[in-house]
Amino acid sequence: MSDYKVKFEIFEGPLDLLLYLIKKEEVDIYEVNLTRLATQFIEYIDTMRLLDLEIAGEFLVMAATLMYIKSRELLPVDQQVETDGEDDGEDPRWELIRQLVEYKKFKDAAGQLGVLEARQESVFPRVPGKLEFEAEGPARAEASIFDLLNAVNLVLARFGQRGDQRDIFEDKWSVSEKIEHLMRALNERQRLKFSELFEGVTSRTEVVVTFLALLELIRLKQIAAVQEQPFGEIEICRAAPVAASAPVPTPPEPVAEQEPAGPDSGGGASGEAQAGEGVPGGAVESAAISSAPAPNSNQQTA
Amino acid sequence: MELKFILEAILFSAQKPLSLKELRDVFAGAVEHAEGNETVRGLKRVKEEQLTAALEELAREHEAAQRSYRLVCVAGAWQFVTQPEYAAWLKALVGHRARPPRLSQPALETLAIIAYRQPITRAEVEQVRGVAVDGVMQTLLERGLIEQLGRAELVGRPMTYGTTAVFLEYFGLRNLEDLPAADELRRIPVQRPESLATADPGLATAPPEQLNLPNEHPGPSEGN
Repeated sequence: MSDYKVKFEIFEGPLDLLLYLIKKEEVDIYEVNLTRLATQFIEYIDTMRLLDLEIAGEFLVMAATLMYIKSRELLPVDQQVETDGEDDGEDPRWELIRQLVEYKKFKDAAGQLGVLEARQESVFPRVPGKLEFEAEGPARAEASIFDLLNAVNLVLARFGQRGDQRDIFEDKWSVSEKIEHLMRALNERQRLKFSELFEGVTSRTEVVVTFLALLELIRLKQIAAVQEQPFGEIEICRAAPVAASAPVPTPPEPVAEQEPAGPDSGGGASGEAQAGEGVPGGAVESAAISSAPAPNSNQQTA
Repeated sequence: MELKFILEAILFSAQKPLSLKELRDVFAGAVEHAEGNETVRGLKRVKEEQLTAALEELAREHEAAQRSYRLVCVAGAWQFVTQPEYAAWLKALVGHRARPPRLSQPALETLAIIAYRQPITRAEVEQVRGVAVDGVMQTLLERGLIEQLGRAELVGRPMTYGTTAVFLEYFGLRNLEDLPAADELRRIPVQRPESLATADPGLATAPPEQLNLPNEHPGPSEGN
């Protein structure tokens, strides 16, 4: 028996190993003898140890559960400890079987997905992947920060002077919410016009927040702002996936979480949005500041 | 002129899969080119149900005619695709399609759990699989097959995950109802059998009939 070789399957986890053992026994999951299963499971763990494989903690937890079940079953029914309320009388055997059945179902479902995946590889759509005859559109110029600022100033002008009547709104939007909103909108449609971004906005603050979200996404290379022709409408689309040389996008920094109404948050966000471009950064900052409710505006409420 | 043949003509020359909304736009736009054609005017405001019914009939007809291609709805958009049997020639024709490598077994299992149980938290996935799934989830997120849906109203407000349109496209599914055995695996909890009273040492629990499973499964097949 010295040349006896263990063919070791790679098991995804303890449940996978248990299913394998049950299948070897050729019995239904519900009919399995958990006591014997426990013995086999622990033999396997011993083998793993012999082979110097690292045993993941999950296997040990499962071994402990099985030992517990086994020890319970060694006692006659009338001498078993009544679990007082703690476990609600939940039978650990049933708990394990339930888990196994559920896992087995998903394992089967995964197998079916695998079949679908392989099949889909052989299915060809009406149109081949690349359309070589598709004319390359005119080179899309990327809109500069100045183009964007001009555009946002036009929008802000809409919220310009509105007499001496003022309403005070709470700041409903945060930059991160607007980022999510923007990404969702771009999921639904390939491209958005710049003006469409600001169609529903109700306040200067919201314009600024939306604009900051836009700058942040451009900085993270998630989206691109393009201008087909000089002075044309700026359009927003998803950025083409950049090569690995691009810096790893950092998640929006905490600054973006804050309301941009305060001067400091406006400065921080603009600084990170376009580091090194002093003029636009300053412009954004001033926009953010001016959007903050001035102290005396409170008294002007009609 | 029948609606289904108009749809066939549109989809035949379409550049990409068309959703019902896009198809309706086509019908609305056709009026400009109507030139007194009553059929075109009549179909200007065609309802989505009408379109679906006509498309499904068309798909059935193509299926029955056993053509080398069929009409399918993937992720809500209709298109003509070839039957898998002809893959060899088509691969030679269009070259290798850019398709990412196949998913690993752990990835498929994790994806299946998320697909059937979404929205689901990472902890819940781990509970079903019995192992940690961090790396696998990361891969699935990177490939755009799953996405964050929101946060669960649980302690710590953990993220919940669900599948994306890319997932449907990747597996050629119409919608989530189209998943294999969707009605059984989605949501329906495993019932505790009544007859658990057989607590004799070493004796098996009686199998409840409604939950008997097929014995074969695509797991490891070789024993030692």
